Amino acid sequence: MTVIVSGILGFIVAIIGILLNVVEFTETILFYLVASIAVISAVSVIIQKNPIYSVISLIVTLVSISIVFLLLNAQFLAAVQIIVYAGAIMVLFLFVIMLLDLGKDNAGEEGRDRLFIQKKSSILLGGTLFVILVLVIKSSYFGGKTGIYTTEIINNIGNTQLVGKLLFTDFLLPFEITSILLFAAIIGTIVLAKKKIEQ
Amino acid sequence: MIVPITHFLILSAILFSIGVVGVLTRRNAIIIFMSIELMLNAVNVSFVALSKHLNSMDGQLFVFFIMTVAAAEAGVGLAIIIALYRRRASVNVDELNIMKW
Repeated sequence: MTVIVSGILGFIVAIIGILLNVVEFTETILFYLVASIAVISAVSVIIQKNPIYSVISLIVTLVSISIVFLLLNAQFLAAVQIIVYAGAIMVLFLFVIMLLDLGKDNAGEEGRDRLFIQKKSSILLGGTLFVILVLVIKSSYFGGKTGIYTTEIINNIGNTQLVGKLLFTDFLLPFEITSILLFAAIIGTIVLAKKKIEQ
Repeated sequence: MIVPITHFLILSAILFSIGVVGVLTRRNAIIIFMSIELMLNAVNVSFVALSKHLNSMDGQLFVFFIMTVAAAEAGVGLAIIIALYRRRASVNVDELNIMKW
């Protein structure tokens, strides 16, 4: 519900911003809206009882993150995020959940905590991690040596074209190693999921 | 950049912490996998934010490779879950102690 309301709010703000031609203000408002949607649906991922609802919430988070990528001027990654993550990987998750028939009654959460205060202590640990991260971010200086690809240069060449060019020049070796990784993953998946033939 | 870089990094930190809490609290193996995907995405956000801040494309290229690794990990992980479900008829990680000697 909150997600729907904030989505509609973001849409209205975006339309008003485009009409009034105040791009900077619109971008700021849009970032905070999208960030809050991402956080709310990420919390929803880990508190939902039904795994299907968790998958749907994760899709909302991934789409919000792709909008954050758009605000950061990474158009190609935003498209890939939606196609690969929200499209392919999440469909794989949904497919496995439906194949294993994991509903509300068979959610794989049965049994009590093995540790005495597992939930409380893990939330405490996560909060501690967050506080440490924020302290590090606040006390860091994000300056230093900058590259040559400013926003204007990227927009002149085109984000997708630049990513492609760099993939086949500077990042050629990692790119080829990635293909070997994917090949190994394909073979591993088939071997693991294959049904043993009864003799 | 109108929104300061620290706000993007704090968004990334929030998402990462939520993913950590999900891995630690849940017992369903599939939801643990989804929390890992959430953490990978949080890292992607900070990569892209710093890439824009430092006027460099390296961060975006790294996110590309992280996405590939995430896809491979999800495929292999879900295959392992299917194989375990055939054997134990459960995805509860407390019951999956086959490798414990």
